Amino acid sequence: MYQLVKDFFNGLWNENPTFRMIIGMCPTLAVTTAAMNGIAMGLATTFVLMFSSLLISLLRNFIPAKVRIPCYIIVIATFVTVVDLFMAGYFPAMYKILGLYIPLIVVNCIIMARAEAFASKVTPLRAIADALGMGIGFTWAITLIGAVRELMGSGTLFGYHVLSENATHWVIMLLPPGAFLTMGILLGIMNVITRKNVRDTQCH
Amino acid sequence: MKELFFIIAGSVLVNNFVLSRFLGECPFLGVSRKLETAVSMGIATTFVLTMTSVATYFIQFYILEPFGLSRFLQIVSFILVIASLVQLVEMVILKTSPALYKALGIYLPLITTNCAVLGLALLIAIKRYNLIQSVAFGLGAGIGFTLAMALMAGIREEMEFADIPEALQGAAIVLITAGLLSMAFLGFSGLIPM
Repeated sequence: MYQLVKDFFNGLWNENPTFRMIIGMCPTLAVTTAAMNGIAMGLATTFVLMFSSLLISLLRNFIPAKVRIPCYIIVIATFVTVVDLFMAGYFPAMYKILGLYIPLIVVNCIIMARAEAFASKVTPLRAIADALGMGIGFTWAITLIGAVRELMGSGTLFGYHVLSENATHWVIMLLPPGAFLTMGILLGIMNVITRKNVRDTQCH
Repeated sequence: MKELFFIIAGSVLVNNFVLSRFLGECPFLGVSRKLETAVSMGIATTFVLTMTSVATYFIQFYILEPFGLSRFLQIVSFILVIASLVQLVEMVILKTSPALYKALGIYLPLITTNCAVLGLALLIAIKRYNLIQSVAFGLGAGIGFTLAMALMAGIREEMEFADIPEALQGAAIVLITAGLLSMAFLGFSGLIPM
């Protein structure tokens, strides 16, 4: 039980995929023009992460080591197709905003990294605890980035006006450079908080 | 001809894959420490991108769509084709040019998980390009990727000697630099009539 709790909390802060491991940058930077997008993208990724981790953990004794990567990719792609069709059917407005980046969850390094480094080595219960922690860690991180960009770029938070009408909107925060700058500065702030430099980026 | 030029210039400068579409961030941030490796990575990716554009064009418009499978099998079939294509490219390069293979070595298999490749395949399906346009788009995307990698690596090599605040060392300063680069590329918007 203690191990499960530890696995779960690992992803929230200590090994947070966005701020500590710096993986899965494409969706992190691309869809975070608003906080709500961050939540949607985070939940979609969490779903794929949980189910693919579960299945890979269950199949860990059957998948030959030599062809494991293609096997993982098929498992992940299957669940991404599920999410893709589900979002297109039930949340068409959000689906339109996230667009290309929903199918691109397949190549999100977080999922592959957890499959290869964790889920393929442990029991299903631990794999799910880890996937849930990682998923929620990813979700809060990209929601935070989305909130910062939305607040500065359009003066709103989750669609509600927060800043006064006269406040200047920094449109640059909604454009591509804003994503890089916000992420870079937030990383710097995280470094100050933890007083520990983040390891240099290495995705794969 | 003019249209092809627009596609290439558009994907190199205006909608650069890395700096404005956010595709292929991982190698852009991870493998951009040295100019030489960054350029090798860019060239290998360009090669795979161009091959992918041809392969996915035929799969999308001659297999998936005629049989009505596009909705359900698009993601799975594209990623499988890309994975095997990368493997094939690896084998061909090993046979024809062992020197190049050695130079690219570990970077080749990593191209499978580069979002730029799958992103390109999906964009071709969305934009409904014809064969020539698809190849131009793939080539342009690759050149744009190589350009961004080379610029970033060049800046990072210079930054080795810069006095960076302690908190921003490592990935943070790389992201801020990328932000400034991306801002510079915004200057190209409006270059191509959309």
